[in-house]
Amino acid sequence: MKTLEELNAIKAKMADVVGFRSEEKGAVKSCQYERQVLVCAGTGCTSSGSVKIAAKLEEEIEKAGLKDKVIVIKTGCHGLCALGPVMIVYPEAAFYSNMEIEHVEEIVAEHLVKGNVVTKYLYQETVTDSGIISMHETHFYKKQNRVALRNCGVIDPEQIEEYIARDGYQALYQCLHEKSQKDVVDIIMASGLRGRGGGGFPTGRKWLFAMGGEPGTQKYVCCNADEGDPGAFMDRSVLEGDPHVVLEAMAIAGYVIGANQGYIYVRAEYPIAVQRLEIAIKQAEEYGMLGDNIFGTDFSFRIGLRLGAGAFVCGEETALMTSIEGNRGEPRPRPPFPAVKGLFAAPTILNNVETWANIPQIILRGADWFAGMGTEKSPGTKVFALGGKVNNVGLVEIPMGTTLREIIEEIGGGIPNGKKFKAAQTGGPSGGCIPASNYDVEIDYDNLIAIGSMMGSGGLIVLDEDDCMVDIAKFFLEFTVDESCGKCTPCRVGTRRLLEMLTDITEGRGTLETLDKIRELSQYLKQNSLCALGQTASNPVLSTMKFFEDEYIAHVVDKKCPAGVCKSLFQYAIDEEKCIGCTLCAKNCPVNAISGEKKKAHTIDTTKCIKCGVCASKCKKQAIVKK
Amino acid sequence: MAKKPTVPFTGTKEQEEALLKVIAELKDTKGALMPIMQKAQDIYGYLPYEVQKIISDNTGIPIEKIYGVATFYAQFALQPKGKYRISVCLGTACYVKGSGKVYEKLQSVLGLKEGECTPDGKFSLESCRCVGACGLAPVMMINEDVHGRLLPDDVDKILAQYQ
Repeated sequence: MKTLEELNAIKAKMADVVGFRSEEKGAVKSCQYERQVLVCAGTGCTSSGSVKIAAKLEEEIEKAGLKDKVIVIKTGCHGLCALGPVMIVYPEAAFYSNMEIEHVEEIVAEHLVKGNVVTKYLYQETVTDSGIISMHETHFYKKQNRVALRNCGVIDPEQIEEYIARDGYQALYQCLHEKSQKDVVDIIMASGLRGRGGGGFPTGRKWLFAMGGEPGTQKYVCCNADEGDPGAFMDRSVLEGDPHVVLEAMAIAGYVIGANQGYIYVRAEYPIAVQRLEIAIKQAEEYGMLGDNIFGTDFSFRIGLRLGAGAFVCGEETALMTSIEGNRGEPRPRPPFPAVKGLFAAPTILNNVETWANIPQIILRGADWFAGMGTEKSPGTKVFALGGKVNNVGLVEIPMGTTLREIIEEIGGGIPNGKKFKAAQTGGPSGGCIPASNYDVEIDYDNLIAIGSMMGSGGLIVLDEDDCMVDIAKFFLEFTVDESCGKCTPCRVGTRRLLEMLTDITEGRGTLETLDKIRELSQYLKQNSLCALGQTASNPVLSTMKFFEDEYIAHVVDKKCPAGVCKSLFQYAIDEEKCIGCTLCAKNCPVNAISGEKKKAHTIDTTKCIKCGVCASKCKKQAIVKK
Repeated sequence: MAKKPTVPFTGTKEQEEALLKVIAELKDTKGALMPIMQKAQDIYGYLPYEVQKIISDNTGIPIEKIYGVATFYAQFALQPKGKYRISVCLGTACYVKGSGKVYEKLQSVLGLKEGECTPDGKFSLESCRCVGACGLAPVMMINEDVHGRLLPDDVDKILAQYQ
């Protein structure tokens, strides 16, 4: 493909089929298919069986003789993972949730054959007295604004034509034919886009650093898809739902800085993402979007895939490059920064998947459009992986500046089982816990840092009253100890000492002095570690100590764990008033620590009890309490 | 040094040929060591000394460097894995929903610790950090299958499916 006409011809050919799925004004009302069924084939839904559901749908559609009239499309993530598997049927935009294979026959017979939406299987919030409403009007979607995720759940990620139909590769064409390198970098600078991988460094400035130099200098463009934060899966969803957007953006950056080679470093734990990227690269090469003389210019660019191998530190930029070079993924000191001396010692820019996913839209819609969203210093939107103790677990993209309360209470549907919100953890092992007193802080890069956490890649884990903050801090320290690469002593030894002190606290050996020592060592780690992993390792401890000091005090002074999590600091007891003597607890106790006569209150022998909690989970009267 | 493999090396000629083919294809690309090792692990299931030696002999990369890379990354295994590889997610979302208890239950039922394999070679157990299926938390993977919304009591029933 060489010309805009060719690109537009594909776009025009696909316009009806893809436009049919839009719910915006002026959407296409008819296409060659009577109906389209979009089944989510993201990780969450695949894990709960969506691929089998898609196969069954195709089988039933064939049986019903609708093969030419109804098409089944496997898309990327729709975001509402808690209700998976989900599927949407157009033109009605009927949003089926919690799909089971047993529902397929009925849905085909009723909806696809007769045209009657089977409302009992729909996401119930979309069913109203006046008919079904679009999923975009539900609480989960209403406040969202999908920019990075705009194609996820809309297109078939394995078809380049569907991406082209949604303006795909138009931005690359514009850059190559209508804009100088400087024009492009000016747009990115003016947009105010900041790196979505954690640090929030201005993307345009990063590119600017790598521009210039002797013509013909070997340079590289890298994509960081080593999404290691536990509980974060936004990059995965972009790669699985819209892989071409990353390829297009990388090619644009290649043009700007004068690189002819890109690498995507992706976690091997993401097999679906790897497979879709492989398909996307192959299709882009066939269509001439990657390769030699792209769009008839003298710009050539190729992209290679490199698989990570399970090392969290490789998400750090210098470690990632060391790993691509085929070494142990250990970070190296900066400066020199990668823009000067990066991969294979050549000038390199590295951006995160979500950052890349914003680029083509910024080029097409302009810097002002992007800068108009979000807050002044953090423009645009941010994708969060909402998880933990929240009803609507899933992927949400919101304008920067949205408050935690809006995300958790409105979009997330609140906390399950009527429990109370305690804290939200952001930024993974480098971040911190945000307490209820900051529920209304507007989320952006700078505000999060001001309250002792950080954006990180966008994991947002909700904690409720049953979570012990000391235990959570210890959990993250265990993670960093495991993942510390061992190159520098402050991190290798310091994180271990921190973990030992936290373990002392959770096992009842801590004192007030331990808390002082933790603060002191944390400061030392921040100042002396080689890379961000060590520098930020103490954040989960410091932020929980700051906001939940009373909980730490309870552990070290009263030797109590208020949330009843730390096993050494509580004992199980039976409430005599509530116990009806059903013997269920005694029968299930693995160490025979419970005794008592039938129909009389039982007792627990605390010398035998191993605090496994089986009794409490079996008791129907909530008579077993932690003391 | 790593622990001696509990199972003697039983690589076949076909496996070696497949590996040599991979090496010949990738040898001249920049930073080829990790892709070669990943393919080697696909072929053999793990990376014992014998396999590292073949890579070293045919690429000229010193074996100590290969060993260094193999021990750095969690994905590379110096020990064979079970026919059914159980991997319990201990990522944050799963942890706060109780995956630690599921993991403890598996350890006691199978009599295994992290990274170990049952003597009959059937089950191996490991923990992992986030498989990105947080909507189903807590989850574990057995080979490619994801089991979600787990309770410790589900463990026996699930293991029974893999006998």
